[in-house]
Amino acid sequence: MNAENLIALLIAAPLLGAAVLLVGGRRLDGVGHWIGTLLSTTSFVFGVILFADLLGKNPEHRTLMQHLYTWVPVAGFQADVTFRLDQLSMTFVLLITGVGSLIHLYSVGYMEHDERRRRFFGYLNLFLAAMLLLVLADNYLLLYVGWEGVGLASYLLIGFWQHKPSAATAAKKAFIVNRVGDMGLSIAIMLMFATFGTFAFGPVFAHATGASEGKLTAIGLMLLLAACGKSAQVPLQSWLGDAMEGPTPVSALIHAATMVTAGVYLIVRSGAIFNAAPDAQLVVTVVGAVTLLFGAIVGCAKDDIKKALAGSTMSQIGYMILAAGLGPIGYVFAIMHLVTHGFFKAGLFLGAGSVMHGMNDEVDMRKYGGLRTYMPVTFITFGLGYLAIIGFPGLSGFFSKDKIIEAAFAKGGTEGWILGTCALVGAAITAFYMTRVMLMTFFGEKRWQPDEHGHEPHPHESPKVMTIPMIVLAVGSVFAGGFFSIGDRFLHWLEPITGHSEGNSPLSAAAVTGATMVCLIIGVGIAYLQYGRRPVPAVAPRGSLLTRAARRDLLQDDFNHVVLVRGGEHLTRSLVYVDHTLVDGVVNGTAAGFGGLSGRLRKLQNGYARSYAVSMFGGAALLVAATLLMRAV
Amino acid sequence: MSATAVHSLWTTAAEPISKIPAPKIEYGQLSPTLIVVGAALVGILVEAFVPRKSRYYAQVFVSAVALCAAFAAVVALAADGYGTTKAHIAAMGAIAVDGPSLFLQGTILLAGLLALFTFAERRLDPEAHGNRVDSFAAQAAAVPGSDTEKAAVKAGFTTTEVFPLLLFAVAGMLVFPSANDLLTLFVALEVFSLPLYLMCALARRKRLMSQEAAVKYFLLGAFASAFTLFGIALLYGYAGSVSYATIAQVVDGRVANIDPALANTTGNDALLLIGAAMVVMGLLFKVGAVPFHMWTPDVYQGAPTPVTGFMAAATKVAAFGALLRLLYVVLPGMRWDWRPVMWGVAIITMLGGAIVAITQTDIKRLLAYSSIAHAGFILAGVIATSKDGVSSVLFYLAAYSFVTIGAFAVVTLVRDAGGEATHLSKWAGLGRRSPLVAAVFAVFLLAFAGIPLTSGFAGKFAVFKAAAEGGAAPLVVIGVISSAIAAFFYIRVIVLMFFSEPKPEGPTVAVPSPLTMAAIGVGVAVTLVLGVAPQYFLNLASQAGVFVR
Repeated sequence: MNAENLIALLIAAPLLGAAVLLVGGRRLDGVGHWIGTLLSTTSFVFGVILFADLLGKNPEHRTLMQHLYTWVPVAGFQADVTFRLDQLSMTFVLLITGVGSLIHLYSVGYMEHDERRRRFFGYLNLFLAAMLLLVLADNYLLLYVGWEGVGLASYLLIGFWQHKPSAATAAKKAFIVNRVGDMGLSIAIMLMFATFGTFAFGPVFAHATGASEGKLTAIGLMLLLAACGKSAQVPLQSWLGDAMEGPTPVSALIHAATMVTAGVYLIVRSGAIFNAAPDAQLVVTVVGAVTLLFGAIVGCAKDDIKKALAGSTMSQIGYMILAAGLGPIGYVFAIMHLVTHGFFKAGLFLGAGSVMHGMNDEVDMRKYGGLRTYMPVTFITFGLGYLAIIGFPGLSGFFSKDKIIEAAFAKGGTEGWILGTCALVGAAITAFYMTRVMLMTFFGEKRWQPDEHGHEPHPHESPKVMTIPMIVLAVGSVFAGGFFSIGDRFLHWLEPITGHSEGNSPLSAAAVTGATMVCLIIGVGIAYLQYGRRPVPAVAPRGSLLTRAARRDLLQDDFNHVVLVRGGEHLTRSLVYVDHTLVDGVVNGTAAGFGGLSGRLRKLQNGYARSYAVSMFGGAALLVAATLLMRAV
Repeated sequence: MSATAVHSLWTTAAEPISKIPAPKIEYGQLSPTLIVVGAALVGILVEAFVPRKSRYYAQVFVSAVALCAAFAAVVALAADGYGTTKAHIAAMGAIAVDGPSLFLQGTILLAGLLALFTFAERRLDPEAHGNRVDSFAAQAAAVPGSDTEKAAVKAGFTTTEVFPLLLFAVAGMLVFPSANDLLTLFVALEVFSLPLYLMCALARRKRLMSQEAAVKYFLLGAFASAFTLFGIALLYGYAGSVSYATIAQVVDGRVANIDPALANTTGNDALLLIGAAMVVMGLLFKVGAVPFHMWTPDVYQGAPTPVTGFMAAATKVAAFGALLRLLYVVLPGMRWDWRPVMWGVAIITMLGGAIVAITQTDIKRLLAYSSIAHAGFILAGVIATSKDGVSSVLFYLAAYSFVTIGAFAVVTLVRDAGGEATHLSKWAGLGRRSPLVAAVFAVFLLAFAGIPLTSGFAGKFAVFKAAAEGGAAPLVVIGVISSAIAAFFYIRVIVLMFFSEPKPEGPTVAVPSPLTMAAIGVGVAVTLVLGVAPQYFLNLASQAGVFVR
């Protein structure tokens, strides 16, 4: 069997799982979660087989294509269902199915007491299938199908506890904000079709340099809009914090490790377009830099552990987008950070879930404290994830983030300095808020209280089915970065697809690393002074203006409300007014006019044969006269 | 007068008789018509010799077999290539056997067959004195309300003559679109018109209204025929011949040999223009184009509903066929004269039909005005003067005739104590009470309105496309506007059926025999098939779209 024939099976396995679990009904309630986990793992196994196959080939021949069928066979508009497995999509396949399978396993324990667990696994499998379709598609239209599919899965899973109004609202919000981005993608596809006459990857990238820069910039900006929606980048970032209403495994898989990185994938995959549109690239880097600071600042102020992590996710994806905007200097590092982030952020979320599991679903960190003795495994795995994300030397985040900061400086010129500085500041803030999370959760005095029913939480370690995935992810958080970086393994792996250039950094690598270390120490130090040395107040202090703004997500929702919602309402109201007065007036007037005319004409039909005969005679006379007249003129 | 020539006061010596050439008749190619005429004659014999009890069955059997056999003959001729390569003019130049002829004859025969089913329906009216009755008067000659009528009803008489009448009408309609000279055209016109006048008068219920309709139809029809005949005379004066081919030659200026007796008038354009206009007027009367449409609502309403359905479908097919042949074969040379005039007729027909329909309150009158509007749409295709114009009209006619027969068949089902409940207010809430019947009627209405996935859309699209390509874009715009107006009243009926509360004393829906069910079922099936997969039939119409000269 040829290896490329396996590609469709990657998608088919979780798709089958989704179908079986969602159609199967209550009969499968007892085994549904294992079916879901098994099929997810099956997909992972196929992924590993394909990976081994790719490794056995020359780096230039590591692209496998599988053509399933022609989806839209119209002359001049051909959409194929074709899959492309190359180094880039392979990386994603392993991340998605690997981390996905671990999280399936974790969910078996986490969702144990939920009576809709089967459905949950069905949705998770659906997500995997859609996400794999997204990264394996060989044209933008098929990618769009996957793009919408993950959006749907995300909507279903954020709102999984639909009995909570907050969850239902959050799901709706995520969906609506994502629609804005999706519109960008669909416009980009249309522009592509108008420009190149196709939307298949191969021809589009091959002809990208031939198109005018203006068109490419437009396509690039639309793709960026799509990426902003899916990856929660400014200005479409507002949904991610609320998305934490979903079950924690969902936050780990979809809203940390995989789906939210789809925007990064889109930009890196479309590298050929962005490379030829420097203006669009500049906007990408700006979006990335703004978001990495935005997310980091928001993360500093949140007391909800999941929302703090969500801010962090936003910020880390900001790093990736920044790197992706740097062009060939940064593509590889964007993806590398994406993978390492997949490990440590998923691990952190699973750790947070484990803490919540032991704390009666409490999410307020001010009500934690001193948990390290109660849940040692969670503490250690979370701690390793923490060290990885702040970039502690030797751990994953150190390698990948450091590379991005270097690449930002290597952009050169003023832009390089500004972007590099932003990235450095971001690193310091990251160190601050993650240390804050760590200290508030696991150190200090215990601060939890009995709830209103008098139940005091009894923190305990989670069952093995949950801790094992956390341990595996912790191992990844520790070693992945080093493994990728030693001998530039990851660089050589991806380079044939994304290309690479060193750029010309004004600073030496050592200088950048030194600066990053200084930032790290400053961030950790401030956090320690504020939360390690002093007791954490159980009720949040009022805080500075910035803190209060950051707690409100830097006023993102207020901004959206005032500008978009109010503006939209005004627009709608005026449109309704126009509709009621002008349009309805015209329509009703026309209808009334025809009705009146009808009533009048109807009177001609008086039932007398003689009148009918006269009408015929008149008609005949007219007919003859008109015919003669036509000849005359 | 010389004495030698006189043998007696009473006789005179004839010139030596030169041999009259025996007419050459291609019986095979005329077989569809001949079968139907023959069956009609058999039907008369049945009336004369078969016992009253068995007549109904004998008539239905003879008619059904004849129509099927004639249709088979049409198919055989078409399969033999008479529609395309072997198309030619038969019967000494009187009948054209070509694509349009065969296509329209096939359509008329199928429409006739479905109409036959509705004619033969005997389960809708309650039994009269233990006898099953159909839609037709017990004894046509009995004065409505008289004792004779009561006696006839009591005796269980039925007017089985409608079946031979139907066959005669079908026979005339078969000849009408294939007539290749003006006299044949006129004879065919009368052959199918007279039975229709008669059948209009035969309603079992509301007999006075039915007879009034028949008289109006007859008077106005005769009036229109007079115009046609006069026009024929003028054209003869113009061309010295009634043959289509000869007239066309004269119009084109390729005069063969002028009859010395007509030397003064031959080629006189005034005769051509007036004559052509008057012949066309007669045909426009038959298709129900404005301003020759005024008989339509009265007759459609008064005639027995099965007859209305047959008339609305088959007459339109036959008359448009004849109109197409006249304009495309005889008068293409003067198309710059007739096209603008037909533009005007098409516009006022489309708009007039659609607008007046808005305020109708009787379902049969509503459908009558709808048929007027449709005549306008078809005229738009006629005006295209292209091969696509012909084939689009052929397709439209086929699609339209099935929808029409089906729709009128549904009308026969909705009844109250007075017979059919045709007032629209009585149809309120029908969808709640009889969802299936209402749904079927809704399908027909949507097809009339030209909603996609029904044959009406495919037909309208083809016609408008041909018209637009033929340079009649403004006509298409008006056509679309008229369609929008027309959609209003079609949809209004649907809304009435499905979204109004049923009235307590509302009508009941009778359960018909398999005959009417078959007519309605075939109507729905054809409507949907032509709507969903029209391509095969469009191709068929396209192949059939060439006239033989």
